[in-house]
Amino acid sequence: MSARTTIRAIPTLLRIGIAETIAYRAEFLIWMLTTTMPLVMLALWSSVAHDGPFRGYDSNRFVAYYLLALIVRNLTSSWVVWQINDEVRRGVLAMRLLRPVHPFVAYTATHISAVPLRGLIVLPVAVIMLVSSARGELITDPTRLALLAPSLAMAWAITFTLMLAIGSLAFFFDKSMAVMDVYFGVFAVFSGYLLPLSTMPGWLQHTAHYLPFRYVLSAPIELVLKPAPGVPTASTLELVGGQAVWVVVMFTLALTLWRAGVRRFEAVGA
Amino acid sequence: MIVARDLRKHFKVHRRPPGLAAALKSLFRRKYETVKAVDGVSFTIDPGERVGFLGPNGAGKTTTLKVLSGLLHPTSGEVEVAGFTPARREDAFLRAITLVMGQKQQLIWDLPPAETFAMNRAVFDVPPAQYAETMRELTELLGLAELITKPTRQLSLGERMKCELAAALLHRPTTLFLDEPTIGLDVSMQAAMRDFIRDYNQRHGATVILTSHYMDDVVALCPRVIVIDGGKLIHDGDLKALVRRIQPHKRMSFTVTRDTDPAALAAALAKLDVEQRDGNRVVVRIAEADLHNVVSHLLAAVQIADLSIEDPPLEDVMRTLFSRSAGGAHEAA
Repeated sequence: MSARTTIRAIPTLLRIGIAETIAYRAEFLIWMLTTTMPLVMLALWSSVAHDGPFRGYDSNRFVAYYLLALIVRNLTSSWVVWQINDEVRRGVLAMRLLRPVHPFVAYTATHISAVPLRGLIVLPVAVIMLVSSARGELITDPTRLALLAPSLAMAWAITFTLMLAIGSLAFFFDKSMAVMDVYFGVFAVFSGYLLPLSTMPGWLQHTAHYLPFRYVLSAPIELVLKPAPGVPTASTLELVGGQAVWVVVMFTLALTLWRAGVRRFEAVGA
Repeated sequence: MIVARDLRKHFKVHRRPPGLAAALKSLFRRKYETVKAVDGVSFTIDPGERVGFLGPNGAGKTTTLKVLSGLLHPTSGEVEVAGFTPARREDAFLRAITLVMGQKQQLIWDLPPAETFAMNRAVFDVPPAQYAETMRELTELLGLAELITKPTRQLSLGERMKCELAAALLHRPTTLFLDEPTIGLDVSMQAAMRDFIRDYNQRHGATVILTSHYMDDVVALCPRVIVIDGGKLIHDGDLKALVRRIQPHKRMSFTVTRDTDPAALAAALAKLDVEQRDGNRVVVRIAEADLHNVVSHLLAAVQIADLSIEDPPLEDVMRTLFSRSAGGAHEAA
């Protein structure tokens, strides 16, 4: 498909993505709440920190951390892996392959349109809470604040391409969704979803720096949250630059797996 | 124009016997077998033709359609559709064809069909004027007006199939690959779909390749049939010629009047190939060349209340054909 036609098709794909997101009202509401796990962690760790800071985190800093985690998660999580898996297993992917638009473009357009909708209720509440109760925990450097939006966009892109890569595994083995269980376990630990990375053992923090997970959740938080006492502030280059590298790596991985998967699909069918 | 030359599609299939031991063994060592789904098929189809692919389950019909539509890469041989190599799935090729699979759907399940139409309009870049005209035509011919704003999940199978067909034809493809397009539909809906497909073929000069388990679809739509069995082409040509070749007999059924002398009837039937007899009603098989003689002889010998002559049902013809080709395969093996 020519780039011009693709660009012309995008508004329609976005509109359909929105329509799909809100097709079921009840599901839509539940779905908006699925990324609220950080609130549970918030309650848990605030009470732990009540008697004194935990590795430099007092309850205020925990509030700021988990509210930021909630915002990032809300804006960046994706369910495209379930969609690809379902389409490959039912064989309807064939229909997608017969449309003159790259499936990645179509998936991206329909999923990106869900992002603002999902945050409709949760986001304003989280932002208001963050600004009203934990403003003091935030870095006020305008450069870092300005980089938050691109950082969130890249966090979304890393997550999305990672999901595309895992989704592409459906071409190779039937029970590829099992990979998601492993993914979520590793993600929860190494992204800072369960606990801020700086509160974890040194070796774990060190490993996290070389994995993509930090860059999908912790990086945007580290960009704007003051670090715990004694912990150096990560540079914008390390955070945003690291994210940019991972976007490229994950996109290449996803595209490679997808192409190999489609070749297999063309060889053996589904 | 569609050309297939010595087309082959072989699959490697993993086989294992039942049981836990075999399951564990297969973890470490797998046995593979080659299945020749399509094995050296050649044909040429001219623009505007309506061709039926016939064959028993697993004959290679759907595999052939998938190769022609570019979803499967051939193991060997050459395929050309409207001047394109399907496996490359170039944009111009995708705009020229469509594939409808009765068992798979492209409609977005949670949204009304109108949304799938809008999406196809956008991705196939259909100009607005052409879109409006095609939509008007499809809505009128398929009776879609009431359906396109209802969520797809609330449509009946027949309604959904109509919308599937409309979604597949919005970009006005010139080659239609239809894989079991009427599966699961009731008789009147099947007839409506057939009328529509024939109409589209005539209006737009489109080439139609159809597979179906319903012989009525093939009889009504396809003057030419390609019969595939065990991955090999066993007939390509006129449907009537196929019937004549496989079962050169006509079926004549007649009822004699009540006062017919049983002895006279028995004498009249003595030299005939009686297929069925039920009181006064008789069905005989007659070679086409003998038809005239037999009928005049019969009319002279007994009192006939009614009489009809027809080709044997296509199902019977196919059964004979497939059992022959299965026998042939055994002999060859």
